[in-house]
Amino acid sequence: MPKIKLPTKSPTIDMTPMVDLFSVILIFLMLTTTFRAQEPAPVDTPYSISETPTDDANIMTLVLSNDDRVFLNFDNGPDTLLKYRPKILTAMGERYGIQFTEGELRAFEKYPSSMGVPIGQMKDFLAVKDAKGKSAFQTGIPMDSTDNQLALWILFARQINPNISANIKGDSKTGFPTVKKVMDILQDRNVNRFNLITSLEAAKINIEEIQQ
Amino acid sequence: MAEIIQDEKQKGGKRKAKKHPPHIDMTPMVDLMCLLIVFFMLTTAFSKAKVMEIVLPEKLTDPNAEPPKISASRTLNIILGPENKIYWYPGSVKPEEYTNLPPVQEIDFSATGIRQMLLERNRSLFKKINDFNEQVITGKIVISQDSVQRSIAQLKKVDDTGPIVLIKAYKEANYGNFVDILDEMNICGIARYTFVDIAWYEEKMVETAAGIAPTTTSSAK
Repeated sequence: MPKIKLPTKSPTIDMTPMVDLFSVILIFLMLTTTFRAQEPAPVDTPYSISETPTDDANIMTLVLSNDDRVFLNFDNGPDTLLKYRPKILTAMGERYGIQFTEGELRAFEKYPSSMGVPIGQMKDFLAVKDAKGKSAFQTGIPMDSTDNQLALWILFARQINPNISANIKGDSKTGFPTVKKVMDILQDRNVNRFNLITSLEAAKINIEEIQQ
Repeated sequence: MAEIIQDEKQKGGKRKAKKHPPHIDMTPMVDLMCLLIVFFMLTTAFSKAKVMEIVLPEKLTDPNAEPPKISASRTLNIILGPENKIYWYPGSVKPEEYTNLPPVQEIDFSATGIRQMLLERNRSLFKKINDFNEQVITGKIVISQDSVQRSIAQLKKVDDTGPIVLIKAYKEANYGNFVDILDEMNICGIARYTFVDIAWYEEKMVETAAGIAPTTTSSAK
């Protein structure tokens, strides 16, 4: 008996709709993405019920790590053409008699993360290319009374960008004296209103229990 | 060979290309896109960080200026102590009590601890805010989100029954405690609270309560 032979064909799947879908997702992600900035030290923010989101621009963030180092980050302003970051560094350099080159200013402008480098080592810090080498310089911004660089950074940041508002991002284990010192420095510069960065957490209150 | 020549003759020298739809293998493209999507998903910070606003009282630059007076009967002092403990005492310490300091009470960061204590004292205001929120949610009052915040702020402003909370921190407290206590203020709807420096006698009171050997600090007079 003759057998009926089915033609053996390898099944081909049309990938085109899949590619279309992926393209859409990819374009969406590319347009909405804001890259997560890598902090120089692990910071575990405390929880609160606050739901106010952070501003997009005009913020300076003071990062307090749990080993009592202080880092500072500020943005370029609402428009990158304003170039606040290099301007603040130039002002800071002038105060300490350090002349920064064009390349160094650009490197500082592009540096995405918080920095905690004494101004004297800033040139070396900007010259290093790899992240590991950079982290060796991140000893925290000096803020003792003899050489209060943090206060000067805040002063120049506020002079150059008057709309800047301060955010404090602290690790929950940071000792209170450090927090107090940072708040004192802010208050000495007349910054009495600032934001604490927290993670969201829901709070439950049993109403009946209270009303009795 | 003969066949081919014949074939050419038949078609008149012109060869027609076979009409096949061009088939491109999309698989590598899909692979690449998958990789890119995974990369973007992992690096994207979808949720923005949340912030909690805090307003500190202005520093007195003039040494002769006196801080604003507040009524002692409504004052509640909360001191953040070591090891995530909180100590509190009502009213204020008068200079004649410095030798015999009033005791402080220990409490913890929990729904039955500090939150209950604050809510008991802030019951009427909390109830007002809660009722208002409920009416907004159930649709009895129709207003915009901005006005809700403003109305609550107004409720807090006119309230004169809730406590005035002064938050102080002992030097061994940590930042997490500080945020937690401010968060409790928001949860309990405390209208008036502020963060002030700890006084030397309050440090002593905490040390007595926590059983720490008293340390001489620069703020001691």
